[in-house]
Amino acid sequence: MSARPLRVVGHPVPRVDAIEKVTGRARYVTDLTLPGMAHARVLRSPYAHARVRRVDVTRARARAGVFAALAGGDLTWCDPYYGPAYRDRPVLAIDVARYEGEPVAAVAAVDEATAEEALELIDVDYEPLTAVMSLDEALAPGATLVHAGQPPAGHFADLSTLRPRPGTNICHQWSFARGDAAAELAGAPVVVEDAYRFPSVQHVALEPHAVVAAWDETGALTLWASTQNPYSVRVELAKMFDVPLARIRVVVPHLGGGFGSKTYAKLEPLAATLARAAGRPVRLAASIPEAFQTVRRCAARVAVRAGFRRDGTLVAVECESDYDVGAYADIGPRVVQKGTYTATGPYRVPHVKLDARAVYTNTTPGGAFRGFGVPQLAWALESLFDVAADRLGRDPIDLRRQNFLAHGEEFAPGDTPIDGKLEESLGRAAEAIGWTQMPAADRGRGVAAMLKASVAPSVSEAIVRLHADGSVSVLASAVEMGQGTRTVLAQIAAEVLGVPLAQVTVVQPDTAVTPYDQTTSSSRSTAMTGRAVQVAAEDVRDQLLAIAAQSLGVALRELALADGAVVAPSRRLTYAEALALKFGMSGGELIGRGVIAPGRTAAPLGGSTPFWEMAVGAAEVSVDEETGALRVERYVSVADVGRAINPLLLEGQDEGGVVQGLGHTLLEEMLYADGHLLNGTLLVYRVPRADDAPGDLECHFVENADGSGPFGAKGAGEGSLIPVSPAVANALARLTGVRLRELPLTPERVWRALRSRSARA
Amino acid sequence: MTIHVVVNGRPRDLEVVPHALLLDVLRDALDLKGAKRSCDTQVCGACTVLVDGLAVSACTYLAVEAAGRSVLTVEGLAEGDSLHPLQRAFVETGAVQCGFCTSGMLLTARAMLAENTKPTRDDVLHYLRGSLCRCTGYRKIVDAVLAAAEAAR
Repeated sequence: MSARPLRVVGHPVPRVDAIEKVTGRARYVTDLTLPGMAHARVLRSPYAHARVRRVDVTRARARAGVFAALAGGDLTWCDPYYGPAYRDRPVLAIDVARYEGEPVAAVAAVDEATAEEALELIDVDYEPLTAVMSLDEALAPGATLVHAGQPPAGHFADLSTLRPRPGTNICHQWSFARGDAAAELAGAPVVVEDAYRFPSVQHVALEPHAVVAAWDETGALTLWASTQNPYSVRVELAKMFDVPLARIRVVVPHLGGGFGSKTYAKLEPLAATLARAAGRPVRLAASIPEAFQTVRRCAARVAVRAGFRRDGTLVAVECESDYDVGAYADIGPRVVQKGTYTATGPYRVPHVKLDARAVYTNTTPGGAFRGFGVPQLAWALESLFDVAADRLGRDPIDLRRQNFLAHGEEFAPGDTPIDGKLEESLGRAAEAIGWTQMPAADRGRGVAAMLKASVAPSVSEAIVRLHADGSVSVLASAVEMGQGTRTVLAQIAAEVLGVPLAQVTVVQPDTAVTPYDQTTSSSRSTAMTGRAVQVAAEDVRDQLLAIAAQSLGVALRELALADGAVVAPSRRLTYAEALALKFGMSGGELIGRGVIAPGRTAAPLGGSTPFWEMAVGAAEVSVDEETGALRVERYVSVADVGRAINPLLLEGQDEGGVVQGLGHTLLEEMLYADGHLLNGTLLVYRVPRADDAPGDLECHFVENADGSGPFGAKGAGEGSLIPVSPAVANALARLTGVRLRELPLTPERVWRALRSRSARA
Repeated sequence: MTIHVVVNGRPRDLEVVPHALLLDVLRDALDLKGAKRSCDTQVCGACTVLVDGLAVSACTYLAVEAAGRSVLTVEGLAEGDSLHPLQRAFVETGAVQCGFCTSGMLLTARAMLAENTKPTRDDVLHYLRGSLCRCTGYRKIVDAVLAAAEAAR
């Protein structure tokens, strides 16, 4: 059956939710209303670091229309701490506020205006403390400590051994070594080294975080949450409220973008706490400025040294990376170790020494953001690769090709062998950008490559139900946040079961209904959840075939599924007929189950990645020497995806990834001064607009069906973003001779660099 | 106070407070949830609706300013079950991802096409400067607008 041409998979079908989205009918959390629902507002710390001596909510609580007003000290009836790596984050500040914007008190009232007015009636006595606002400040000797004590571990097995370094702001440290990098670097004929900086940036999902929480009369909790991880949220709340998992239900409507910002619990603990105190459903909807106070990408400084033989063979890499994880760990420790694990990129490096630190500062917590720690390191390594190419007198593409890991080659002992063809991606990118032809005199070109692991081990489960009329329900908990997962899962089920796409409904994630899925992140949904759906659909297929074989008296191998029927050489049995035969009536359904759970392995991070995400980017830039304005005129992205289940959606996702990558490359940086975030609104924090996108943007895919996912697919969606900044900086360097080591490449930075180059000349 | 407004072709008499924002009135009083709240500062365009054919940010537009005028939201864009050419083009071109910017994009594009039936790519880029999308990278949105303009001719 595998040789049969694919009917639905691999086709650019429009997304299954497109009509509801273009007609305004798609529902997001903030579109929901429950009877008696209260509206919450949050009082946030005006200081980056302060002792909270006293919070008095009595006047707020007494105001007409207020159902609940809470401060950290009120939360004696639950465990007020949460967090996936460490449970270091209080729902509301307890004794200390550790960043500007940290929730200190909250009100649930009849409407938002009343809640907002009640916030003004809350008295807080703050004692401002010295704050550490950057990596340099937090790591200085004698620095003020963001956390004095040792927080308890979070809920992930692979992070259970984590411990902060007492007496410092180091929240987590991770090292990896292979061979003897120091000795090799000492002896290598060509050694290049440099230090690079990556800024704090915010996801700016257009839908800020939102939750509606409601406790019922039996003490069970239901949340409608804008989360990428309903099952992680459930664990956090079960711990906080000491409630069995089965009594917490997390429902996820459409998300208005995620990009990592909605991974792990964010506002859900506070909404659930307020709902309990108010004795009624509570809606907590953040504003965009509050999103800037909820999560961001970890800023990083990365020092990297690479040693080459004269013939261009890379022999050793040493890398020290410090990531600013902000005031609370969130998933920062995993960002740091997982990002650092692939610091050597898609290259064969026999001698490696990697040291990474996650560092607490008094800023918005840093967590997951598309790329998960890899963009910071790829920015450094891929910039340095071009420096090395210059030193060696080599073409940057040629030098990369020489050092690429081959298909099937081991990345690290115990981990998945390389499952793609990097040289093919690079070749496609080079051809599309016209690498061998000279660019116009005012244009420069650059390339960069990347490799990223997905989270491992992880678990995805799915259920597929075939109904009496031949229609199909897919129950899976991959969250639709724009990437198109509902469409892709529907395509997979439709393909396996031989039904039209319109016959398949993908049920929205609901932990009371749809089975366990670890997370919608790490580019894993197509490969992991999709594979679970494929297995579940195959389970239904096998049941259908067995019914037909028995009732038609035909051997299994002579049967196939097509057009909603089991087809035998001489006759066909529609699914409705097959079910009627099985159940002897017109009711009943077939239920298929798929479980993908590869388990722990001896790989360095405790699990072997289900696939490697690999991509190459090529940029062509121009620069205005008068103003320093850098423009990406053309950009080519090539991702090795195994198979594009839906080429239209995949292309859209990668185009979006490139433009999001241009954000931190050219425009975006959360700026702090005197303990305050200066640009936490969209008036002053500039994300790419339509006219900032490259006029010529192409996204290509390498498809060799060599992935472990359904139909040979691998994960995709993060890869296109990661090479953008080094490809652009490399293009700038080749055009102007100027090498920048700090993002974003603002006109001011470019202009200053051009000026100092002229001064030197 | 009471205002008279035509919303998606239907005359309405609405009781509003003087400081009520059009976005809240549409979403809460009329249950028209297609316009989205995001930046609250007229930057992102997710709340864009048309007032007498002109694109406005409903998040910063007083409901009373719409008195005596005609408001079009995304819910009024299709004619019955027949999608507007822009909606059709957005579906077919893959211009929709998370959907949070989509209603604003559609209405902004509709306002543009009313002014300019033969827009160039640069015209579209210019017009969409006030409409942010964080998912698509914009290319497919611009393609969809151009395709709809072409289809309408």
